[in-house]
Amino acid sequence: MVQPTLDLSPAVSDEVRKTTCYMCACRCGINVHLKSGRVTYIEGNRDHPVNRGVLCAKGSAGIRQVFAPSRLRAPLKRVGPRGSGAFVEISWEEALETAVSWLAPLRESAPEKLAFFTGRDQSQSFTSYWAQAYGTPNYAAHGGFCSVNMAAAGIYTLGGAFWEFGQPDWEHTKLFLLFGVAEDHDSNPIKIGLGQLKARGAKVIGINPIRTGYNAVADEWVGITPGTDGLLILSLIHLLLKAGKVDLDYLAQFTNAPCLVNMDPESPDYGLILTDDEGRALVWDRVEQRPRCYDKPDVTPDLAGAWEVDGITHRPVFHLIAERYLDPRYAPEAVADTVGVSAARIRALAGQIARAFDAPVEIDQPWTDFRGRRHPKMTGRPIAFHAMRGISAHSNGFQTARALHLLQALLGAVETPGGFRFKPPYPKPARAHPRPHCKVTPGQPLNGPHLGYPQGPADLCLKDDGTPARIDKAFSWENPLSAHGLMHMVIANAHAGDPYRIDTLFLYMANMAWNSSMNTAQTMAMLTDRDANGEYVIPRIIYSDAYASEMVAYADLILPDTTYLERHDCISLLDRPICEADAAADAIRWPVVEPDRDVRGFQSVLLDLGARLGLPGFVAEDGSAKYADYADYMVRHERRPGVGPLAGWRGDGADHGRGAPNPDQIAKYIENGGFWTAHVPDEARYMKPWNAAYQAWAVKIGLVDVEMPYLLDLYCEPLRRFQAAAEGRGPIQPPEALRDRLRRAMDPLPDWTPPFGEEVDAEAYPLHALTQRPMAMYHSWGSQNAWLRQIHGVNPLYVPTDVWAREGFAEGDWARVTSPHGQITVPVAHMAALNPRTVWTWNAIGKRKGTWGLDEGAPEATKGFLLNHLISELLPPKGDGMRWSNSDPVTGQAAWFDLRVRVEKCAAPGRGEAAPGFPALARPGGTA
Amino acid sequence: MTALPDRVEKKLGLVIDLDTCVGCHACVVACKGWNDQGYGAPLSDQDPYGAAPSGTFLNRVHSYEITPPDAPAQIVHFPKSCLHCDDAPCVTVCPTGASYKRREDGIVLVNESACIGCGLCAWACPYGAREMDADAGVMKKCTLCVDRIYNETLPEEDRQPACVRTCPAGARHFGDLSDPGSEVSQLVAARGGLDLMPEMGTKPVNAYLPPRPKADAAPEFDVLAPFLEPVAEDAGGFLGWLDRTLSKMPG
Repeated sequence: MVQPTLDLSPAVSDEVRKTTCYMCACRCGINVHLKSGRVTYIEGNRDHPVNRGVLCAKGSAGIRQVFAPSRLRAPLKRVGPRGSGAFVEISWEEALETAVSWLAPLRESAPEKLAFFTGRDQSQSFTSYWAQAYGTPNYAAHGGFCSVNMAAAGIYTLGGAFWEFGQPDWEHTKLFLLFGVAEDHDSNPIKIGLGQLKARGAKVIGINPIRTGYNAVADEWVGITPGTDGLLILSLIHLLLKAGKVDLDYLAQFTNAPCLVNMDPESPDYGLILTDDEGRALVWDRVEQRPRCYDKPDVTPDLAGAWEVDGITHRPVFHLIAERYLDPRYAPEAVADTVGVSAARIRALAGQIARAFDAPVEIDQPWTDFRGRRHPKMTGRPIAFHAMRGISAHSNGFQTARALHLLQALLGAVETPGGFRFKPPYPKPARAHPRPHCKVTPGQPLNGPHLGYPQGPADLCLKDDGTPARIDKAFSWENPLSAHGLMHMVIANAHAGDPYRIDTLFLYMANMAWNSSMNTAQTMAMLTDRDANGEYVIPRIIYSDAYASEMVAYADLILPDTTYLERHDCISLLDRPICEADAAADAIRWPVVEPDRDVRGFQSVLLDLGARLGLPGFVAEDGSAKYADYADYMVRHERRPGVGPLAGWRGDGADHGRGAPNPDQIAKYIENGGFWTAHVPDEARYMKPWNAAYQAWAVKIGLVDVEMPYLLDLYCEPLRRFQAAAEGRGPIQPPEALRDRLRRAMDPLPDWTPPFGEEVDAEAYPLHALTQRPMAMYHSWGSQNAWLRQIHGVNPLYVPTDVWAREGFAEGDWARVTSPHGQITVPVAHMAALNPRTVWTWNAIGKRKGTWGLDEGAPEATKGFLLNHLISELLPPKGDGMRWSNSDPVTGQAAWFDLRVRVEKCAAPGRGEAAPGFPALARPGGTA
Repeated sequence: MTALPDRVEKKLGLVIDLDTCVGCHACVVACKGWNDQGYGAPLSDQDPYGAAPSGTFLNRVHSYEITPPDAPAQIVHFPKSCLHCDDAPCVTVCPTGASYKRREDGIVLVNESACIGCGLCAWACPYGAREMDADAGVMKKCTLCVDRIYNETLPEEDRQPACVRTCPAGARHFGDLSDPGSEVSQLVAARGGLDLMPEMGTKPVNAYLPPRPKADAAPEFDVLAPFLEPVAEDAGGFLGWLDRTLSKMPG
């Protein structure tokens, strides 16, 4: 037979343009191939620090985004009632002048009446700069309904958290414990890392109620009961302490374990850490037998004993830790039923950790610590952890994440070989972050950055009368450490006029009329509700999105954004960068194709609006716009002298980190594949918080302006300051109704309390209900993708075996799912690899009819559903009639995963469609 | 009916590690993306934004749940594409010679200009690895990225199938399975690589590395117990141990 002759070397494309993916939050480097100017193929960029050439399903499917029918085409003005989807296309000039006509008078009278919140963030350093210049205190991104517990607990405890701020030491760890993760939070790096661990036979343990994805390949699966991770972790701590498997040398040198806590309830400083006159922590010197400053070159911090200083007994933090966690209430036998894991399994988990602890990793790399001591080697324990939304989206998530960080620190597995490693610009302790600001002056900028890390009650955002200064009540007594704000409370609070009414709600890529809100149907009602005069209760809504999402129909003015392949962006060190443990890195997006519609990148639009409003920082001296567009801002803006949004090729192109603006900077990024990296020097690779070489390097490249070595905060003093206030200490006092809750929540040592969701009748609602993000789909950024919806076009409710059998379910059946708040009717499927008290579904596959460019009969709109209908943004009334926000009392993190339900078999709905259903939305005038 | 070559010079194929595959579908979509613009007709989609979207894929991931009698249930992700069999029934069944196996590397291909879209090959394939493209009316299947692996316009390191290049977990390996010294053959030897459905007599070239045994099934309770030997039973005893231990540490 004659074989056909093949062209084995076809030209792949005319041109490859390298930019940054935005199909999820992971931000990989991509090579975009073009033929005759049209995108034909996307693959991973081999040189890129995040993905090193690989690319996930979302990334490869990104090519469909630029051809998606859901793309908005031009600015839109609402012409029908809100929620009807009736719009007309208008010019950009009309759109921008409309926005200015709303925003300019507001700024002069009451800037707080603008609430500006962004869902698709990662340009926060820019959007917050705009909001600060405008003068409203009401700005945040979506972290409050995402993973603020993880970020805040990490920063308050270790000076950095998982994902963007840190990563497992994939190279050296021998035991990896993975708690609940949202798949996009380090999507490809986790997969690359797991592959590395598998290749060299390291052990992977998955701790998750659901055994899919990463948990499916884990060597061992612990199908924990949702919301109990903290208790499991404290039980591990109990066992490890009892066995003496804690790194005493590490604890004494690098954590606040030896710091001295005032134990005298009569003292005004009860529970606070003893300091010298300059506020620096003191430790007991074991050799000199006296308190000395923690950073003295020759200090020998002691972890044992109790000492009287100035007539007051002080005990080291480590004493309090030992006393707390050696308590039998944390014994495996005491917690097994609650966590749904047998005592023997808990012991086996701790035993594996202890075994790895006994086999330290050493790297022959001398280094010098902040006390000036030279160490011949870097030594650590080969035990790494990672966790994300699964543990953080509970009302006990902050303390759970703190518990996990305490465990890491006790093992000496933070910033040591084999453990957890920070990514620049972290480590950075909470004290080095800004504190929140909220002082409004009409016509003037806000008095400082909106978001930050309070150190005590004096940093709360309260008005003079003690009521919350922010519309989302962030940094109020209800959730003092709400470092990312509470986007999920904005619409409810604005509608209720609690704490006050607003005029304009301005949202960027936040699908609040659908999957990004709790209580979705009620949220739609709030957005369309009118007052006695027939005016909307939330008078004006401006929204920017690239696609015809559900939220579009609920806005008055639409500013259509571009797709990620048509825009400039900077993934900046000032913001949420793409660094890896061994390198500082940042990146750009640039228009690899030009939009074929009348749309503009949102950041460029915001610059334009800023200039039209005359905001400081946005206008040149002659009153003209200071920046032509976002690309111009990325290059010329300086946050501090010599430090701008992009760190690479500054000055004449030879300066990195610090340097004058370089007009050719973007060309340099493009030439380099869209990103920049600076490698951490060998001597600075580990022990970063205490490593003199790292500290000097961080200052040199502009990550920070001064060296700031610090001790890990096992005992979290800012929490204690709030707890002390709840006990009646100090001048700034919480409302009476919140005292008890604050006393419990603001515990300076992590503890476990049942999530608020457990307060429901357990017999009526016996099951936990969760969502997960599929690896091949990303909630409302790409769910209309033609290829990905063939993989994830439906989302049954997965039901464990016992419930399946008890209800007599069969394939194709439907269930009524009821929570204390609502009811949905949905298709079910059986899953055995599941915690027996848990049901779950894929997140945000369900779409409203008429949205996302999908036909009304699309399975996403007929059989797809949201659990959001079952979740209220407010908890059921307390005895006193008060209703708390369904959020972590420390940070305000939305407690999505506290949800309790019951599941009952029911007849298939008449039309075979999931309930509740909503009327189809008209396609907004300008979809492509 | 079409003849198989009497011998092939190489057996290029994939080794897929089921112990590492997290089921992310990266390979599925990278394959779709490459082959939509590569060898032969594009991979069409029908009703892509409608009620019943469907399209041609040359590689799909199936997930299976397994419930062992004495261990927790587990999920195995199973990517499946053409296995480029030595005894490929899809070739011998082809009435036009369109379906053929390459002599030089063993890759099974469809010559689309000779394909009449009869679908016999898909019926003959016991693995369900072929899909008829509804728009083009020709049979589509994994080409092992024959237009990548020898492609001199690509950098050397990129001359591998798109699914292998993109796999984030590194679960997919490409090479010559006729060479016992190749990396893929070594992996098969070391990890007990399996043929899929050997009873069918198709002699697949691709091999699967089975999931390693899970620790759930046999926890090492006894082995681990000594690592947790208590140094004390309560806080008081612990502080005594602490003091003794610190005294022994270098200052």
